[in-house]
Amino acid sequence: MKKELSVNSTTENLKSIRDFIKYEALDAGFADEAANKIILAVDEACTNIIKHAYKYSIEGLINISVLNENNKFVVSIIDNGGHFNPNEVPEPDVKEYHKQRKPGGLGMFLMKKLMDEVIYNNLSDNRNQVVLVKNLPQ
Amino acid sequence: MAEFNVNVRESGKVKVLDLHGYLDAHTAPELEAAFTKLIDNNSYQVVVNFNSLNYISSAGLGVFMAYVETMRDNKGDIKFANMKEGVYNIFDLLGFPALYDFYPEEEEAVKKFDSSDNSEK
Repeated sequence: MKKELSVNSTTENLKSIRDFIKYEALDAGFADEAANKIILAVDEACTNIIKHAYKYSIEGLINISVLNENNKFVVSIIDNGGHFNPNEVPEPDVKEYHKQRKPGGLGMFLMKKLMDEVIYNNLSDNRNQVVLVKNLPQ
Repeated sequence: MAEFNVNVRESGKVKVLDLHGYLDAHTAPELEAAFTKLIDNNSYQVVVNFNSLNYISSAGLGVFMAYVETMRDNKGDIKFANMKEGVYNIFDLLGFPALYDFYPEEEEAVKKFDSSDNSEK
């Protein structure tokens, strides 16, 4: 069954987003450690949406849905903050990153490290989708 | 209870920051404010005690990256202590252990500042 959470784009809501994901991940059968990775990846995705897609405007909406299928825990996060090309965000060289102290890119890098799959889709009506997939323990 | 708070205390010449709770994009500005205040007071030798920190996202990690050079340029540093494994793993994923000092106990981190002061004399 698909579970959904829809919240306004403010960092104040990151806590409720994490609580929602924690409940669903534990319910799906993940141990704490794996659940924590999913929670952080979703936090990073939503933080990026709040910062970059909606530029801290609280009017934006973030729709999160969680689906458990074929032994995969699939989190879909949709915003309508205008299309975004993930390929334009350079992957940080971690050493260089520390030297340059340029913020940004770290969240996407973490998402990739923490999840099994990260997929970005441009949808109709200026919507973006990030799909985060974690394989369930066998 | 607040989601996050930071408490500043002194251990000799070293400032110790105790972090509590959840450090994310929402709460990171509180930590930034604490660092700004330290710099305003010319306090550059800082140990961060993570004992009560349960969660950190890249927004929190970014705060340390933003302030560490200022501390180092002024003969100080930001050293990390008492970090829980789950929190350490995130620092590790982002390459921090090669560039920052981590200590199991706050006391050791504080001592490290004292011994580096002595060796300069």
